[in-house]
Amino acid sequence: MTLASFVRKNAFRNKRRSILTVLSIGFSLLLLTFMMTIWRAFYIDAGSAESTQRIIVRNKVSLVFSIPSYYREKIRALPGVKSVVPQRWFGGTYKDPNKDKQFAQFGTDPQELFAVYRDFQIPPDQLEAWQRDRAGCVVDQQLAKDHGWKIGDRIFIKGTIFPTDLELTLRGIYSAPANTLSMYFNSTYLDEAYTPIKGAVGFYGVLADSAQSVPQVAKEIDDTFRNADRATKSESEKAFGLGWIAMMGNVKAFILSICGAVVFATLLVSANTIAMSIRERTREVALLKTLGFTKRAVLKLFIGEAVSVALLGGLLGVIAAPALIWLMAQSPQGGFFFTNIKVTAMTILVAMLAAAAVGFLSAFVPAYNAARGNIVEGLRHIG
Amino acid sequence: MAVPISYNIRNLVLRKGATVMTALGIALTVATAIFILALLAGLRDAFATSGNPLNVLVLRKGSNSELAAGGVDRDAMQVIRDLPGIARDAKGETMVSGETILVVVLPRQDGTGDTNVTVRFLTPVGIEMRPEIKLAAGRWFTPGQREMVVSESVHDRFAQSNLGDSIWIGKGPWKIVGIFDSAGSAHESEVWGDINQLASDFDRTTFSSVLIRANDPVAAAALKNQVTDDIRLKLNGMLEPEYFAQQTKTGGPIKFVGFMVAFIMAVGSCFAAMNTMYSAVAYRSREIATLRVLGFSRPSILTSFVLESLMLALLGAAVGIVLMLPFNGMTTGTSNPVTFSEAIFSLRMTSRVILSATIFAVVMGLFGGIAPAWHAARQNILNALRG
Repeated sequence: MTLASFVRKNAFRNKRRSILTVLSIGFSLLLLTFMMTIWRAFYIDAGSAESTQRIIVRNKVSLVFSIPSYYREKIRALPGVKSVVPQRWFGGTYKDPNKDKQFAQFGTDPQELFAVYRDFQIPPDQLEAWQRDRAGCVVDQQLAKDHGWKIGDRIFIKGTIFPTDLELTLRGIYSAPANTLSMYFNSTYLDEAYTPIKGAVGFYGVLADSAQSVPQVAKEIDDTFRNADRATKSESEKAFGLGWIAMMGNVKAFILSICGAVVFATLLVSANTIAMSIRERTREVALLKTLGFTKRAVLKLFIGEAVSVALLGGLLGVIAAPALIWLMAQSPQGGFFFTNIKVTAMTILVAMLAAAAVGFLSAFVPAYNAARGNIVEGLRHIG
Repeated sequence: MAVPISYNIRNLVLRKGATVMTALGIALTVATAIFILALLAGLRDAFATSGNPLNVLVLRKGSNSELAAGGVDRDAMQVIRDLPGIARDAKGETMVSGETILVVVLPRQDGTGDTNVTVRFLTPVGIEMRPEIKLAAGRWFTPGQREMVVSESVHDRFAQSNLGDSIWIGKGPWKIVGIFDSAGSAHESEVWGDINQLASDFDRTTFSSVLIRANDPVAAAALKNQVTDDIRLKLNGMLEPEYFAQQTKTGGPIKFVGFMVAFIMAVGSCFAAMNTMYSAVAYRSREIATLRVLGFSRPSILTSFVLESLMLALLGAAVGIVLMLPFNGMTTGTSNPVTFSEAIFSLRMTSRVILSATIFAVVMGLFGGIAPAWHAARQNILNALRG
């Protein structure tokens, strides 16, 4: 009998206990994988190659203030700038905001939107149809699927920020590398319906000629408008996104503390199980030692047991994590964020390593004590 | 006859290791749940208790936020001033306050970046209409001067928000001359300045909102309806508490993620508790059989083990509550989807939070304890005595 098969047999000799432990560790590891995946999406993912080439330019005071539309040509004239497209957050509601899935709507320039967002794919005939219809709009394919829209459908958006509503015709459906769940319409429509905002833009999306030149171009843009009526703040698309996350509060500390609590709870569960199992086997351990098993071999045996149970739990957790994210994506509140995040191989690896480490640590102290114990006392043990 | 509780307590003490580890696991779960519940309770406090029921807030029709574009112009303001039922202050002026909200970016004190802060521009009448707000340091702004007052939380959380500092808005800097205590209301997240000064900066003649103080609750309801029904105005009136109540949805994301986290951790803890209880039952099978022989009935054995599991869970709950006590009152912020800026609030471990957390632990203890207890009660006496 090899050490491995001995470990396997012993790990599951009390089936109920092992299953409960695996389930308990599994749920904890599910949470750990889930949290790490969110962390990754927030802070590690760089986005598509095209997205690293983009800069967002907004009013320095705050995104709520607009910037003049004549900035567009000034920005375009700067070296390293390939395309510039104005955008404005409309912030309207679709049908019943409490029941129906909501989405973002942006007023923009149909002529240049897809030149800046080059990673968005749209059939050329649909793009042309949108460019020709001032009251037309395009939507993300996921959004079209969610609401069952077809080209030519009428979509009514109720304005909340602006005292005007939008009656749009769906002219195109685009696909993006990550679902944006956004709608774009011609900003001229809004400018004419609500004239006070004519000549003003919410923010600009700028395409730089390479990812390397992004910091330089951003600096140049800000320098250009430093002493202008409305100074700008330019940053990479990723940095702009991180700003939104930072607004939600101390997300980093929140995720870290939950991960910490989960790992510690797993450690407790695993340690408890292995301690119970070792206590029951005091006599057996003494017997093993009498038969000539070294302390080292006994130690390995128990640690092997704990690690394999923890790994099994970990496996369960990482398998369940994508399912959980899928479930979250179906809910109206979490839909937007969770449709875009995926559990990566790296996250799975880290979770499994965490499980193995927890198994190892939890078994070490009780197993060490058992391996060191007195043989004669062990044989006498009644338990 | 019931098995004495001291029997369970002794058993928990005897198996110290397992008891402590299981209870700590439950404690971590309870602590997480308390954290989330306390966050939500703090948010609810900040919004649900804000607003005076005699104050009527007027916004443009269709808008649900003071931040929306367009609002109440000077003509509409005149119509509002002449409505019946509006209270007058000591100087005999009608208590109507035209206000504008802006959002500025301020750097956080702790170096975690910039965030949006709401700036409210109003007149001294507007301050008078919110008597719960008191000056904590410095003085109120002088009308006609580029001066501001900040709330205590803004002062604590943001750099550049001390007395004498300046914030750049419109055409120049505004000097901070005072700090106010907002008594835990939603104004905790705000900076206040003079509206006439702002109007000259931006050449703006509209207010984003108007606040009206009614004489009494009946007048408040009447004013609300009059403003909403007057088709010339195209405005919408609501009682101030109603406006803040709708902002409690600020806690949506916290609630959503938080409840899921607490649920998953609870399921994990249930399994752990079950494990401990099964092992307790297995360890004591001969003892249980003896109890049966002595005449203790199956139901009393069942109850005894469920109680033991409950005690384990309650111990965990107690530890979890104690663990979280230092965080009570901690101030934090999250983004408010209505004003697009930071909502500042405190963690509040109210009695309701503690009660919910305890119930949460009891449910965990029940789920963890029932199956093992059932197993204990159903045991065959003879086999157990022989084993």
